[in-house]
Amino acid sequence: MARLWRNRWLLAAGIVAVLAVYFLAGASIYVLVPALALLAAAAMLPADAERQSADAAAAIEAGGLQRLSGEYLAAAVADPLIIFDHSAAMVHANAAAFAAFGGLAPGMSLALKFRAPEMQALLDGILSGKVAADAVDYTEKLPVERTYRVSASTVGHATGLYVLVFKDQSETRRIDRMRADFIANASHELRTPLASIAGFIETLRGPARNDPAARDQFLQIMQNQTGRMARLIDDLLSLSRLEMKPYLKPGTEVDLRQTIDSVIDSLGPLAAENGLVIDREFASGWLVVPGDRDELFQVFENLLENACKYGQSGGHVTVSIVAAEDAQQPGFDVTIRDYGPGIAEEHIPRITERFYRVDVENSRTQKGTGLGLSIVKHILTRHNARLSIKSEVGKGAAFTVHLPAR
Amino acid sequence: MQSVHIASAYDEELKFLSKRIAAMGGHAERMVEQAVAALVNLDHGLAQKVIQDDLVLDEGQREIDDKAIIIIARRQPMATDLREIVGAIRISADIERVGDLGKNVAKRVAAVDGRQPNSLFRGLEALADLALTQLKEVLDVYASRSVERIGFVRDRDDQIDAMYTSLFRELLTYMMEDPRNITPCTHLLFCAKNIERIGDHATNIAETIYYIVTGDQMPADRPKGDKTDQIVLPGLIPAK
Ligand SMILES: Nc1ncnc2c1ncn2[C@@H]1O[C@H](COP(=O)(O)OP(=O)(O)O)[C@@H](O)[C@H]1O
Ligand SMILES: [Mg+2]
Repeated sequence: MARLWRNRWLLAAGIVAVLAVYFLAGASIYVLVPALALLAAAAMLPADAERQSADAAAAIEAGGLQRLSGEYLAAAVADPLIIFDHSAAMVHANAAAFAAFGGLAPGMSLALKFRAPEMQALLDGILSGKVAADAVDYTEKLPVERTYRVSASTVGHATGLYVLVFKDQSETRRIDRMRADFIANASHELRTPLASIAGFIETLRGPARNDPAARDQFLQIMQNQTGRMARLIDDLLSLSRLEMKPYLKPGTEVDLRQTIDSVIDSLGPLAAENGLVIDREFASGWLVVPGDRDELFQVFENLLENACKYGQSGGHVTVSIVAAEDAQQPGFDVTIRDYGPGIAEEHIPRITERFYRVDVENSRTQKGTGLGLSIVKHILTRHNARLSIKSEVGKGAAFTVHLPAR
Repeated sequence: MQSVHIASAYDEELKFLSKRIAAMGGHAERMVEQAVAALVNLDHGLAQKVIQDDLVLDEGQREIDDKAIIIIARRQPMATDLREIVGAIRISADIERVGDLGKNVAKRVAAVDGRQPNSLFRGLEALADLALTQLKEVLDVYASRSVERIGFVRDRDDQIDAMYTSLFRELLTYMMEDPRNITPCTHLLFCAKNIERIGDHATNIAETIYYIVTGDQMPADRPKGDKTDQIVLPGLIPAK
């Protein structure tokens, strides 16, 4: 009836018109009544669309959260969240969960995926109905160490659903560990140059006090040592920074051609000094991958620097970018190849370890710290990229970085 | 109605097997992780814990064997189910061996004095990371059944072998340098060997999973192309 009221002017005009026709044409009363009824009905009609929107508003008011999709709700949670049923089979996971734990799929058993004893106990406890909510600390060691506070609880009343929420606590743990590691590594590696500097100071104050030639020579050595200490601290800091943030900021892209060109330019002086020519073999077209430019710059800089330093005798170094052949993993392969002495088989698996050097003296004279390749490995792990090292002794070494394109 | 009941009870029995395997796997992963941590940090308390934890896996294997035999006898399963059950017996045996190898590493902690160079322990850690990644990813495939991605197993197996060979040579060098190193380095050598074999068991498990899912043998190693030495790092399989 409210609608009848809202359309009253339309109705009134209609009634006037019908009555006018009635009086003018002298039609019988039997025509008049149905005509008026028809008008009233017509006045009700235009309100249909209005009714629908009014209904929707009422539903949101009344239904509220109940009508809100659980999926949207899960997606709005920034922490990994997984919903599962009474048999521990996954029902739904939000994007954060897919990003954090590879290989999730609806229907998959969480008891099979989260095998750590504490997670098994958590799932058992909640599914047996002994507890309605519980939480444990859970650490994944590989591929990067992550610690979560995981809470499990039932969803609503008698829905038969349960939820796991993972709160990432890795940052705090990692900072603690990083500090300890940094101190251990720094103190161990800085001890040798410090001892040598201390020794020279002693000699300069004692036996060599009045020997200007020796003094110059010693000061030069001391300067080399302080330079080495500075490089070590720089590299250790870069490594620590990388370890602190094992995930890459998503969304940024890197132009490989431009980045590698500038790496080659920046190492031009070193190459010239070592009498090396750097050849470029870049594929044509769009050479862009997701990633962090500064970090990838560091990767190629370290690899090319090594090629220039350790592959000096080869006379030239080749840098190539090609589209990866592997159809399963589209992307680009960047290869830095030198024609120096190469790396013996037994050392290849080890050279990305911290401070691992094939020949410690050689690395020192080349101003190496033994950290270059571990920095490379760290950055590539964050980029989901692979490093493959091929070498034949006497013929040089080739370091290939496979960068996935999205 | 009756047959539906039987079928679902049967399903439950099969699910029990896979759940038990996963729990054993998680336990073994943790044992190996802790055994290596105990070795690298010379943590005797942790080593003792690992040694005691091994009992859980022995019991798990026994339980799976018993259950599997009962299922076979009662249900007389066909093709896929039979493969699933026989596969569970084989996988639990491999996991139990992984536990034994972890325990053996833990036992050797007492014989190492920590005077060996740091690089050796770093190398052992790196080897263990590879073997544990192998085990983790293989058990993940057991959960997801996505055997089409199982090719990573062969690559990583090669990496583990290469890493082991490298450590082996380094250990020999130390032993030759100084006879006092011989005893502790022999223990480290066995630790490395044990870790390398953990990788082998993971590969066995991968082969069993492939067989369970497809009914076929896992494709053999593809031929080595060239004679250059190659290693691929860090060997993550991309999250799908
Ligand atoms: N292109 C190469 N040819 C031969 N040996 C190499 C090459 N690149 C790296 N290496 C070896 O790997 C070791 C580790 O390299 P890296 O981590 O960059 O440390 P650094 O260069 O500071 O010593 C080097 O000391 C060197 O022995
Ligand atoms: Mg370097």
